[in-house]
Amino acid sequence: MELLSLLSYGSEGWGDEILASIGVTISLALATLPFGLLLGFLLALGINSRESSLQISAKIFTTIFRGLPELLTLFIVYYGAQILGNFLFQTVFGTTIEINSFVAGMVALGFVFSAYASEVFLSAFKGISQGQYEGSAALGLSRFQTMRLVIIPQLIKLALPGLSNLWLILLKETSLVSVIGLADVVRITGVAARVEKEPFLFFSLACLIYLALTFLSSAGLEKIEKNARRGEVRS
Amino acid sequence: MSEAYVAQEMIAARPRPNEVRKADWTFARLLGSLSILFWIAAGIGLIVFLITSYDQSQIDKYAPRYFDGFLTTMKLVALSVSIGAVLSLPIAFGRMSSNKIVRNLSFGYIYFFRGTPLLAQLFLFYYGFGSFRHFWQDLNLWWFFRDAWSIALLSFSLNTAAYQAEILRGAIMNVPKGQHEGAASLGLPPMVTFFKIILPQALIVALRPYGNEIILMIKGSAVVSIVTIFDLMGHTRRAFSQTLDYQTYLYAAIFYLLVVEIMRRLWDLLEHRLTRHLRR
Repeated sequence: MELLSLLSYGSEGWGDEILASIGVTISLALATLPFGLLLGFLLALGINSRESSLQISAKIFTTIFRGLPELLTLFIVYYGAQILGNFLFQTVFGTTIEINSFVAGMVALGFVFSAYASEVFLSAFKGISQGQYEGSAALGLSRFQTMRLVIIPQLIKLALPGLSNLWLILLKETSLVSVIGLADVVRITGVAARVEKEPFLFFSLACLIYLALTFLSSAGLEKIEKNARRGEVRS
Repeated sequence: MSEAYVAQEMIAARPRPNEVRKADWTFARLLGSLSILFWIAAGIGLIVFLITSYDQSQIDKYAPRYFDGFLTTMKLVALSVSIGAVLSLPIAFGRMSSNKIVRNLSFGYIYFFRGTPLLAQLFLFYYGFGSFRHFWQDLNLWWFFRDAWSIALLSFSLNTAAYQAEILRGAIMNVPKGQHEGAASLGLPPMVTFFKIILPQALIVALRPYGNEIILMIKGSAVVSIVTIFDLMGHTRRAFSQTLDYQTYLYAAIFYLLVVEIMRRLWDLLEHRLTRHLRR
């Protein structure tokens, strides 16, 4: 019973703090997602492009961010942005700036996510036959219209399984941002564990929270995938 | 007289149409050139930064530590991947077992280790299990649970075992049913069937995911620096906290990139060699 009171909601227990930290974890993952998806799609377009310069630079990007450990990427973005931001603000305004760990985490995780997402999009592009482009050209659609009306609706369906995998990885990787001070689940449970001297309770709670989050997201993603496949003939 | 289907007069030859000329500077080319310029500038900037802030005494002090950290990282990855490979066998079989309890147990194991972050697992093992000091002392296992290195090795092995079990299961399920039937019709015992027929074919399929898993472990092993183990990342963080010099992280980045790229190339070569009988 004593242990349960530690988790109660209010000033005595850690329930409210931990609940807020779940919100931080989810919002970091959700904030990274659109940024990473857009960048990943653009990278895939770059690698598919006929311009060799564009291909090479997109490949450099993906090689770097797939090769670096996420933790190191996080530190490089966090401290690099701090130094660069301080330098710019010093010369322009004469003040310093504090880089937010949420934003640094979002940028670093977004870069890593986009590097992996570009692979998923590339293999999805391979699943779309050349006839789709030719058909669109025959209908007189512009390149942008072809992309928007013909290719992307099919692409999403093909990319969904890979992307849902990446989402689960992203959700787990947000835990790394606790190292640079973001008050996410791992950070808050760590603080609670140290204060209450109950590390087993709080860290297993953290694991359970992540399990619940991955369970809920995989259930949701399955719904979305089923919805995306509703046009297909059932075999 | 019907009308002749022949042209009344010759059609004069016309000049060929103008070649469709592409614009010299399309948007894509502009963007590509700009991004290439950006990477060149970034590369030169990196080199200039590393040269201008070059300090022989710091290099002398930290280079051996980085190398030492690199060896620690490699040792951790090699050991945990091997232990995980051994552990993954029973888990993968449990997952495919016809016994419901065994199947659910191994499913639960895999779900737990794949569904939670490595960092949280490491904390749970290191701080969480470490809090039951008397229990471990009674079991004479306290030396194991006190040591950050052995705990890191334990949690990494358990973690990668879950991932490798899924890889192995997928690969074994990928072997066509006819192979089992063929072996059975030849009267081969189950052990021989598995080790001589199923596993060799499954490992070829599993080669690529195994390589990816090793690379993921190299990258993931950076989190052990948080529980006071001085791997490459740990030495980097200590060097940064002592010197407050940004180039410590840049050197670590170059190191990690090199290791991962070399590993990837080596794995490509290995795969090329091992699948040579499948190519035409």
